[in-house]
Amino acid sequence: MSVHTAQPPLPSDDKRWRIVNGTMRRHGYARHALIETLHTVQETFGYLDRDSLKFVAASLRVPLSQAYGVATFYHFFSLKPPGRHTCLVCMGTACYIKGGTQLLARAQQILRVKPGETTADGAASLLSVRCLGSCSMAPVVIFDGEMAGEARAEQVQVRLERWLAHDA
Amino acid sequence: MTREELEQIAASARGEQTAGRHEVNVCVAAGCLALHSDALKNALEKEAMGASASCRVRGTGCLGLCSAGPLVAVEPGGVLYRGVKAEDAAAIVGSLGGAPVARLQCSREQAFFQRQVRIVTENLGKLDPEKIEEYIAAEGYGALVHALTEMTPAAVVQEISRSGLRGRGGAGYPTGLKWGTVAKTGSSVKYVICNADEGDPGAFMDRSVLESDPQRVLEGMVIAGYAVGATRGYIYVRAEYPLALQRLGTALREARRLGFLGNNICGTTFSFDIELRIGGGAFVCGEETALIASIEGRRGTPRPRPPYPAQLGLWGLPTLINNVETFASVAPILRRGADWYAALGTKKSKGTKVFALTGRVKNTGLIEVPMGITLREIIFEIGGGVPEGRKFKAVQTGGPSGGCIPAQFLDSPVDYESLSQLGSIMGSGGMIVMDDSSCMVNVARFFMEFCMAESCGKCIPCRAGTAQMHELLTRICAGRATHKDLEILIALCDMVGATSLCGLGQTAPNPVLSTLRYFKNEYVEHIETRHCRAGICEIAAAEVRA
Repeated sequence: MSVHTAQPPLPSDDKRWRIVNGTMRRHGYARHALIETLHTVQETFGYLDRDSLKFVAASLRVPLSQAYGVATFYHFFSLKPPGRHTCLVCMGTACYIKGGTQLLARAQQILRVKPGETTADGAASLLSVRCLGSCSMAPVVIFDGEMAGEARAEQVQVRLERWLAHDA
Repeated sequence: MTREELEQIAASARGEQTAGRHEVNVCVAAGCLALHSDALKNALEKEAMGASASCRVRGTGCLGLCSAGPLVAVEPGGVLYRGVKAEDAAAIVGSLGGAPVARLQCSREQAFFQRQVRIVTENLGKLDPEKIEEYIAAEGYGALVHALTEMTPAAVVQEISRSGLRGRGGAGYPTGLKWGTVAKTGSSVKYVICNADEGDPGAFMDRSVLESDPQRVLEGMVIAGYAVGATRGYIYVRAEYPLALQRLGTALREARRLGFLGNNICGTTFSFDIELRIGGGAFVCGEETALIASIEGRRGTPRPRPPYPAQLGLWGLPTLINNVETFASVAPILRRGADWYAALGTKKSKGTKVFALTGRVKNTGLIEVPMGITLREIIFEIGGGVPEGRKFKAVQTGGPSGGCIPAQFLDSPVDYESLSQLGSIMGSGGMIVMDDSSCMVNVARFFMEFCMAESCGKCIPCRAGTAQMHELLTRICAGRATHKDLEILIALCDMVGATSLCGLGQTAPNPVLSTLRYFKNEYVEHIETRHCRAGICEIAAAEVRA
């Protein structure tokens, strides 16, 4: 691909930036590697902050507006750091039919945040997702990466209250 | 790779399969994995080491009946076990060579298995998705070697055309016609894209195929590349499917290792390679021009068609885009012939279709049925009917672009034309059964919320129209609407459907229109008597306030 000369300096001496650079190098610093690179940033740092967006945009020579546009367009990217725990409620059709809405409502009530937000103390993030494709086990909730099938509102309440209590 | 070499690999893989006398296959696709089938597999392996009968434990793809997971299949004999726990490992291994463990046994004689015709899913649950040799032992890559060494690209296109295969992503465009269009373009650089951005909520067909038999999709893509004259392919997979991504990554490496991808495939002048692209969780990227924008690293917004991607696609070059299931159908068609495939199904809808059967139905899971089967056969025979003695109300097909079909049409055949006559669509294969605990106005609102949130915002009818329709539906659900609101809703359905830029907006009114067509009384009840017969909508609270 193109010969690359003016490489921006790393935002900090955090070694994780090398992983990000690795993804860009693998794609020859091509502009179309923007989404792939942002995936790497999110995987490595947990979210996309201003510094990382500026760094990736400068490295790939895309306008910052485009990097920001892409980062906000796709639901998978987050511009805020995640909480210490994550509760992900599936809102696919099968989950909706089997009561996913009530699970999300209960989670909102306990955490006192809306989907996409994190509690003020950073203990837990509440997320909803379009469909995890685990429709056979609907309704589905993922607590810290572990899937709970045929979930019940009481189960959500117990788990979330435990998170809040432990982190208080 | 020559045919002889392929046969050698197949023979040695088959030899390995029979070397251990018994095979214990544990489903490690996402459904069973979430029920800890990985721990079960470890337990079985541990038991197998000390077992008297010689046996081999394998992790395989989806065995289909997800509601009975974790599933274990034992060969030879074809014994299937349901709801297996790690504690059951000793009993299963101990029973090898003797009578099966009766308390865990799941009959294969039941309609769920007997009524299926498996082509795309023929290998699901039968092979280790991370071992290319097992795919080859199941006749894998035979179609590719045959096509490359004995068929011209034009002959491949013709064979696919003759089979009558239509796009399995939902719209049902004839696959052969699409391939022919791309093949005829004069460009020296062309692309093949596999759309694995399975965004319809309630659908997991592509995910199961990718997790359970990824090589089949790659083989279909390479054959397509040869047929249309492309040299590069992309698979665009949802980020929500980490296991599918991981298995595809392995599959790509394995296919390269054996020379099914790369330069001079099978000793011919044909070169082709495939790159994996991860989606970002945007439903609109299922639309082909939006998907192309996303691969190019941009926001996934669609553009007007024509020109179609076949002429002007990825990076402005001719591009063939097909769905996972379409590519997965290619190898069997070439292997067994177009006539064989065309003999299945109905006059206009050939072959089979994979469905994700979910919702209020006893047997949920992945099924493959011949086109033309009736909805009743799928829901009441294969699916076992509605549980808990409740009453069937409607079946939803086609996701947010589809509709709800009521009980009086249960005997309609499942094919592209019949479903669209009923106000729904075939769609990618989500089939969600609803009973009388579902409120149809609320269902319409659920899908409209989805379309509103997933609208990319590029065109006004979709961006503003879906938001207006959602507001009106919310008002109806809350018992705050008038007949005038209903009139506006109907007018908006017309406007948004007719004037939106892409399929998302054009089909967004479908869930409203189909529920209005069959369940208008529920809309009227919400408006006139402020009553939700399913008790889902929060009208009660409003009445208390009033």
